[in-house]
This record gives sequence, structure tokens and C-alpha cells, in this order.
Amino acid sequence: MIQQITVFLENKEGRLSAMCQVLADANIDMKALTIAETTDYGLIRIVADKPQEALEALKAADYRAICTDVLAVSLADKPGTLAALLAFLDSMDVNIEYGYCFSHDNVAIDVLKVKDPAATAVKLAAAGFTTIKQADLA
Amino acid sequence: MGNQHEILHAPHQELEAIQLEGLKKTVVNVYEKIPFYKESFDAAGFDPYAVETLDDLKKAPFVTKQDLRDAYPYGMLAVPLKDVKEIHMSSGTTGVATVGAYTDHDLKIWGDCFARGVEYGGGTEDDVMHVCYGYGLFTGGLGAHYGGLAAGCTTIPMSAGNTERQIRVLRTMGSSIICCTPSYAMHIADTAIEMGIDPKKEFNLKFGIHGAEPFSDNFRKDLEEKLGYKVLDVYGLTETMGPGVAIECAEQNGLHLAEDHFIAEIIDPVTGENLPDGEWGELVLTTVDREASPVVRYRTRDITRILPGQCACGRTHKRIDRLHGRTDDMLIIRGVNVFPSQIEDVMKTFPDVSSWYVIELTRKDNLDVVTLKAELNPDFDFDQISAIEKLQKDMQIAMKNALSVSIKVKLVEPKTVARSEGKAKRVIDLREGIK
Repeated sequence: MIQQITVFLENKEGRLSAMCQVLADANIDMKALTIAETTDYGLIRIVADKPQEALEALKAADYRAICTDVLAVSLADKPGTLAALLAFLDSMDVNIEYGYCFSHDNVAIDVLKVKDPAATAVKLAAAGFTTIKQADLA
Repeated sequence: MGNQHEILHAPHQELEAIQLEGLKKTVVNVYEKIPFYKESFDAAGFDPYAVETLDDLKKAPFVTKQDLRDAYPYGMLAVPLKDVKEIHMSSGTTGVATVGAYTDHDLKIWGDCFARGVEYGGGTEDDVMHVCYGYGLFTGGLGAHYGGLAAGCTTIPMSAGNTERQIRVLRTMGSSIICCTPSYAMHIADTAIEMGIDPKKEFNLKFGIHGAEPFSDNFRKDLEEKLGYKVLDVYGLTETMGPGVAIECAEQNGLHLAEDHFIAEIIDPVTGENLPDGEWGELVLTTVDREASPVVRYRTRDITRILPGQCACGRTHKRIDRLHGRTDDMLIIRGVNVFPSQIEDVMKTFPDVSSWYVIELTRKDNLDVVTLKAELNPDFDFDQISAIEKLQKDMQIAMKNALSVSIKVKLVEPKTVARSEGKAKRVIDLREGIK
């Protein structure tokens, strides 16, 4: 389980850039960033090395930012691994609210928002999946 | 149309004699019948039995919209309920509406007052009047309707909405007079043009009587161009009657007050002092012969001035200038009165937004669009878009229920709403053609 920062940004020129500058100035190393956008606003979801510091820096700069626990699972970068993970979660009746994935260097990392990430992480570990902890990202 | 021509051209002294006689009766009547006036006249040391001249009216205390609201529902009635034939209510939140009550006589003078607009435009009983103000509690629809009947016109009670049907009826019935809000007239014109109909050629309009909303000279020109007719501005308010208190004549140079039914004063809204003709200030109205809902020195909050001199049309009734805004922060949105404080009251029931907000008014397809920009509170869990959408939707439903006007809620980042020193600027009016 890791801590994701979610930031509310208006869908306006320069907002994302300004927000990234705040994180740069706070010496935050982002590991992942994804944007869910609507016509008027977007939600920016960030995985970083120091989420609490990132959160404080953003709040100090008057951004609406919150911290949410999400699952992060490390999978082999080959066909079928995500399907297997999702089939397992489905069999456990775990619903996925949103997620994003990225693979590099033969490893795929899947970030998933579920209702009870701590309990789900335990079940995943017991079933042999490799979950990532926040400390792994420092 | 009765014999209104005569009264509209009567020497001004005659009008003043009618006003004085009516004033004397009205101040005594409200003093004896309405506890509010007894109290306020006594507190101000105003003796209603000692009124000798029109100038004596200046000694009377004012009555405000809040006073009328406090008297809801029947506290301002000067006649028994059995004599009240109709009730209207000013737009606004259900709980704070002001009530306009009408006896048979009140309905008759209302019709006569609005019918003057038909005469001003050059209409006769041969005309067909298309009324597409909303019918109902709003005084626009029935006020125009009674005016059409009083003028002897063939009156079509369309009410507002279903624009394509409005266009069909306008084309087929040969309507020559149209009564509605100016923005709705523009919407009808634009919709017709979009449908490939040239309203200038295919409608038979001679003039329109348009009010309940402010509109600029450019907007008027545009409208006249599109519909090939003449636009007359009409003023009125539920608190004193409804549309017809003052209507523009074909000179389009000020609205003739129905001086045989209303006494108009212009005051300095801060000091309450009377201002001479020609100076801008707040319009204060006293009814001369209303039976059910008389008012003495009602502060309209509307900013205008009395135009000095006589109108080129030859009518003797004084004119007020076209409205120049209001002394309070009331907004008129699609003909509905909305106070920012009402929006604030609704916002307070949503803990997920802060108390910082701004209201933006724009026009889309000639209809008013109200956007409420509000900031999220720091502890709101907005991690999912569905949570934000739900908040927006819930707020929109609550606003619609409370204000009877659709308001688009837009959630914005913190500090995007300008923090101002002193009185916050809560309203940004970007509507073309207003002011």
C-alpha cells in the first residue's frame, strides 16, 4: 500500500506546470502522475517518494490536495499478468475504483484504488503477489 | 380602449388634483386598515389626516420590501379577503415572497395601465397581442393579458416556453404586438432565423412591450432589426401592481408614468432626501387608488430619474428614464429576482464548499446563464470525480429548489475567488447588452 496525493486543479493553462514547480521546489521526486480531466477541472494523482512533504508543500501553496491510500502491485512485464491480478481481485469481490499502470525494465507497476487497500494488500501478499510499500519508493 | 386618450393628455394640474385626492384617501386608509402603517406613521410623527398638498407626502415614512415580506401573507391588505379577486407574488424564495392583492377595481386599473402601452405603440382593437411572458404568480403574463383585453386586442395567452410553437403561432395568427421579456424576444428571433424563417418578413409584428429585465440600447437596436418592429420598455413591480406602472411611448425617450394611479418621487438612497427632476436616485412609489395593496412611499431600489420637460408625443404624464440598476444587489435572472444572500444561504448547507464564492452572469443564445463559482473546503474527500460531480449536482438541485432559477455550479481552486477588502464583489455581470 502506498500514499497517493490527489490535487484538484482547474482546467486552465499553466496550472499543472505551476503545481509541478511547487513539488520541484520542495525537492519531491514523483514516481507517477496521472490526470483525470473534465471540461472544467482535473484531478491530478501523484505517487512520490515523500508524500507527506508533497502534501504539505501543496497545501502551503494553496492547492487543494489530499492523501489517499492505494494499492501498488509489482508484476512481471509479460502478457496476462494484469489479467491474473484483476481476476484474483474479482474473485475476492474487490471492486476497483480507478487505476493506472506503467511498465519498464521488465517490471509493471499497477496502482489501484480499492475500498480497503490495507486488507486487500494482505490478501494479495498471501496469494503470492508482490505489493509495493511506500518505503520502497523513498 | 375606453377613453384613456383624454387622461393621457390631461393638463398636469388635473393629474396633480387626482393625485392629491387619492393621496389623502390612501394615507388615511392605510393608517386605519393596516397596523404596520399606523405604527410607522405614529413613530414618524406623520399625521395622515393633515395632508393638504402633494408635498406633505414627503413627511411620511418609507415602506420597504422587507416590511412587505414581514407582513406575509395578508398583513398589508387594506380590504377584507372576500374583496380580493386575485393574488400575485413577487419572484424570489418561497418564504420571502411579497404579495400583491387585487380587487376588481385594482385589476381594472392594471389592465388600463398596461393598455396604454398598446396606445403608445399605435395599437388598436384590430391588433392581435401575443403574450409570452410566463403566466402565473409572476405579474408579467396576466398583467400583459389584462392590458390586451383592456385595449380590446385579440389576446393570445401563450405563456413562455416551447419556442417553436411560439414561432408557429406568430407566423400563422398574424400577431402584431408581442409582450415578453426582451431576452425571450431575442431568443424567439434567433430561433426563427435558425429555422430558416425571416421573422422580419414572416411575422407581422408592429411593436413589442418588453420589460422585467434591463436591456441596453444596442440590444434594443439588434432586436428591432431582427424582428422589424419597435421595442417599448415597460416598468412595473408586484409590490405596487405589476407591469404598466410606466411604459415607453413611440418616442423611446423615457417611460410615461401612470400618474393618475401612482405618485413617483426620486430620493437620495443614502439620505432619503427628495431629489429634483433630472437627478438620478431611487424611485419611490405611492399608489393613488389601489384598494387591496396600497403602498405609501415604497422604496423600489430601482435607480432612475424623472425626465424634465414634456415628451414630444404630447402626453402630459411625466417620464422616468430607463432603469440604471439597483441600490441593492438584487439580480434579475430570466425575469426572476435573486439576491446573492439567497445563494449564500443555500451554500451554507453544503459543508464541503467554503463561503468564498462569486456569481458570474453570462448570456448564451440570449438567455441568462448563472454560474456559481465555489471553492472546495480542505477536508472534502474529492479523490474521485464522482464525488465532485455529486456535490455539484446536489448544489444545483438545492439552488433550483430555493431560487426557481437554474444555476450552474462550478468548483474552483482555493483563492481563485478574489479576496477583497471590505464588501466582497460577489457578482460579475458579463451579460452583453446589460448596462
